[in-house]
Amino acid sequence: MPELPLLSLLIWLPIAGACWVLIAGERGGAARSIAFAVALVTLLVSIPLYTGFETDTHEMQFEEYATWIDAYRIHYHLGVDGISLPLILLTTFTTVLVVLAGWDVITRRQAQYMAALLFQEGFMIGAFASLDSILFYVFWEAQLIPMFIIIGVWGGPRRIYATIKFFLYTFLGSVLMLVALLYLYREAGSFAILDLHHLRLGLTPQILVFIAFLLAFAVKVPMWPVHTWLPDAHVEAPTGGSVILAAIMLKLGGYGFLRFSLPIAPDASSELDWLLIALSLIAVVYIGFVAIVQPDMKKLIAYSSVAHMGFATLGFFLVFRLLDAGDVQGAMLGVQGGMIQMISHGFISGALFLCVGVMYDRLHSREIGDYGGVVNTMPVFAAFMMLFALANSGLPGTSGFVGEFLVILSSFKANFWIAFLAATTLVLGAAYSLWMYKRVIYGPVANEGVASLSDLNRREFAILGALAIAVLVFGIWPAPLLDLMEPTVRHLVEHVGQSKLGPGL
Amino acid sequence: MPFVTPEFLPALPEILLAVMACLVLLVDLYFGRRHPSWVFLLAQASLVLCALLCIALYPEEPTTTFNGTFRSDGMSAVLKVFMILVTYFVLFYSKFYLDVRDLFKGEYFVLSLFAVLGMMILVSAASLLTLYLGLELMALCLYALVALNRESSMASEAAMKYFVLGALASGTLLYGMSLLYGVTGSLELDRIREYQSVGGEIDIILVLGLVFIVVGVAFKLGAAPFHMWVPDVYEGAPTSVTLFVGTAPKIAAFGMLMRLLVDGLAGVQGDWIEMLTILSVLSMAVGNIIAIAQTNLKRMLAYSTIAHVGFLLLGIIAGTRAGYAASMFYVIVYALMGLGAFGMIIVLGSKGFESDRLDDFRGLNERSPWLAFLVLVLMLSMAGVPPFVGFWAKWSVLREVVAADQVWLATVAVVLAVIGLFYYLRVVRLVYFEEGQEAAPLVCGTDVKVMISTNALAILALGVYPSALLALCVTALG
Repeated sequence: MPELPLLSLLIWLPIAGACWVLIAGERGGAARSIAFAVALVTLLVSIPLYTGFETDTHEMQFEEYATWIDAYRIHYHLGVDGISLPLILLTTFTTVLVVLAGWDVITRRQAQYMAALLFQEGFMIGAFASLDSILFYVFWEAQLIPMFIIIGVWGGPRRIYATIKFFLYTFLGSVLMLVALLYLYREAGSFAILDLHHLRLGLTPQILVFIAFLLAFAVKVPMWPVHTWLPDAHVEAPTGGSVILAAIMLKLGGYGFLRFSLPIAPDASSELDWLLIALSLIAVVYIGFVAIVQPDMKKLIAYSSVAHMGFATLGFFLVFRLLDAGDVQGAMLGVQGGMIQMISHGFISGALFLCVGVMYDRLHSREIGDYGGVVNTMPVFAAFMMLFALANSGLPGTSGFVGEFLVILSSFKANFWIAFLAATTLVLGAAYSLWMYKRVIYGPVANEGVASLSDLNRREFAILGALAIAVLVFGIWPAPLLDLMEPTVRHLVEHVGQSKLGPGL
Repeated sequence: MPFVTPEFLPALPEILLAVMACLVLLVDLYFGRRHPSWVFLLAQASLVLCALLCIALYPEEPTTTFNGTFRSDGMSAVLKVFMILVTYFVLFYSKFYLDVRDLFKGEYFVLSLFAVLGMMILVSAASLLTLYLGLELMALCLYALVALNRESSMASEAAMKYFVLGALASGTLLYGMSLLYGVTGSLELDRIREYQSVGGEIDIILVLGLVFIVVGVAFKLGAAPFHMWVPDVYEGAPTSVTLFVGTAPKIAAFGMLMRLLVDGLAGVQGDWIEMLTILSVLSMAVGNIIAIAQTNLKRMLAYSTIAHVGFLLLGIIAGTRAGYAASMFYVIVYALMGLGAFGMIIVLGSKGFESDRLDDFRGLNERSPWLAFLVLVLMLSMAGVPPFVGFWAKWSVLREVVAADQVWLATVAVVLAVIGLFYYLRVVRLVYFEEGQEAAPLVCGTDVKVMISTNALAILALGVYPSALLALCVTALG
């Protein structure tokens, strides 16, 4: 079989498609059909990536290598392993749904909206697939631009504040990462991520590099206390923007921890893991409480995102405690749990934002207080939302359960109190998800607006249906995903277990 | 001493341009009234010819001629080509600008050509005398250009400020030069450098001379705290002149800095690195922070220039060949971006409407999605967001600063760049997120649109593939 450059195709197809959409322009509604076709083709192209992926090695696969900037030894180097592949698949899957979700809803400058989504997709896949740190950085930063436009043009009343805050926050975090990368280049003489993994560094430089990375990734995840841009961005973003943001962009932060922080600065990570664990637990517990009292549905889901992503980072940084105890299996469990949590959060939060979008399109309100008794007029929708709300609170049988369970399991092996605090999410998650669900869906019909609601149309049904299947499949049978990640995670855990302090440092 | 005929070949582009500029003056005198466009076309043709000549005469080895006063090397050749290229664009935008406002005068083009000639001499200077000659030729032409619109009191004020402060800077520079001459006994930069390497101990007078030279150059570059003239001149001058002042002379000033500090004063590198570090940090801070408070786009871009100069100095601060190459890349990229940004103001303007207030950009996306996109490209490139070339410019100087073990400086620079991002984003915000109040029709023709599109797309293309230009800068500096 002739080797197609699948990864390049996945990156450039959406970008080329976006240009096509822009050229096609606003006339005649062709833009959305083109955008949908492009997104669908991209999804199809990503399937051979999965079927052709060998699950018995941690080596990079589907590698592509070309010289990009010769003078500075920067290469166009792509490849995927068990960590990046699921995230790429998540991206291609989600983009199709998001394009569909904007079908009738975005009426103003639809072509630009669709183009921005496709640009976003290309850049995100590029970031996940890059094996050169500068290439990664370029994609990482570039994707701020379409999101900036999406929130700013199609967002809510405070969109400008939100989008500028979003851009500045993330940019501040990432420029320090750039300095760290340049520093690493000076030490290693290479920008290749895999070369950086083998670089020996003293503890002080490691800690500085770690902190620089932490700022970049913590803002993106986002971790407490640098999460404040997220609720603003989510509330103001149009539905599609929120979905992309929650389902994929946040994952870049978690991905960054696994790809950069842990392997490049393992000793610093080990030294500072208490900090990361503490921040993650604060995110889980404190932000969980904050979520309960939100009157705005989107804000509530945004805070629940912060809490759920706290689980992912918790899973990643439990590694060192478990390795110290000699429990490699437990450490792997934590990382895998974190990864599953990220994927599953992609489905669930995406779905919940879409649910809010469905209601918002009809009544133009996101306030919980404006709803009540929706089940009377939208029974099918209520059933879907029930599933997603339960998944959000970690019901066994849904994907939300698997990740949380694995992380809690591994945290039990590390320390009882960590596990205790982490497990409060099962209570808090249920509290904020289900209480919101109860207030919005049940009860008597609250007002005339709710009374006039019509149930899901076919398009909305298809979107939510696809997500519901994903949530259930990965909840009941997460084995394929775990198998996919296993060798990579094992290698990662073994890698971070070895000190990289140079001799004499 | 017998008279030796100097080798003219390395200076052929300058000679050609001098002749052509005089020719343009004559053509303007005899045909200017009936065929005003001849002047423009001839000026453009001279530039093209001159650029081709520069490329054809690209020196494999650095050559010095005219008794050690004129040098042609890789750096000067590359800088010249880009100065000419930038001026070519500038004249194109200028013609549109002047046509619309009935300001079209032949002198404009003659002065521009002479200014370019000055810049070319400046970057090729091998002696303090040639350097000063080039500098003054450039500066005097620019003063006159700023004052071109006699009716405008703002322009006259700007010209006056520019002239007085420029003269002050020249005086400072001259004073520094005289000290250097006093210490070393030579005007030739090579002799001055040799003096430092032989002498062993560095004269305090030499360092004093260096201080004056750095101050003079900082004035010309517009680095803080010698930046006061920049905002006033940028705002007051006709936009087409601002466009010129803000682009090509920056490249020339970089050349001057390299000639003086690297060619002439390498022996006191440690001293000038310290001075430039202060200038650089101050410029980035002042430029980026004060730009936030501006409501006039030209003024905002003036402060952004100051910030860019701070960044540009970083590469020189690194003090290595690679660092100089990075700075050279930066200045070329900056000239391209400045060209686009001021060009955009010209493109959007019309008679009686300068389009230089930030509010004039409101809702541009509704009037013209394409131009709105170009504004996005230009602004984010200036802010240093990938995938635009402005990112690579910042990236390359930062890389050299980090390689020179000054991680703290790189950190300060990036944090200030984030502050700078805010005001660039504000322009993008106005263009995309705000509703336009008035739908002022766009009067620009296809030719200007093609020009600005080429300009902005070059920034995008160079951002995706900066390799060639980077390599060019690296080889030019050997």
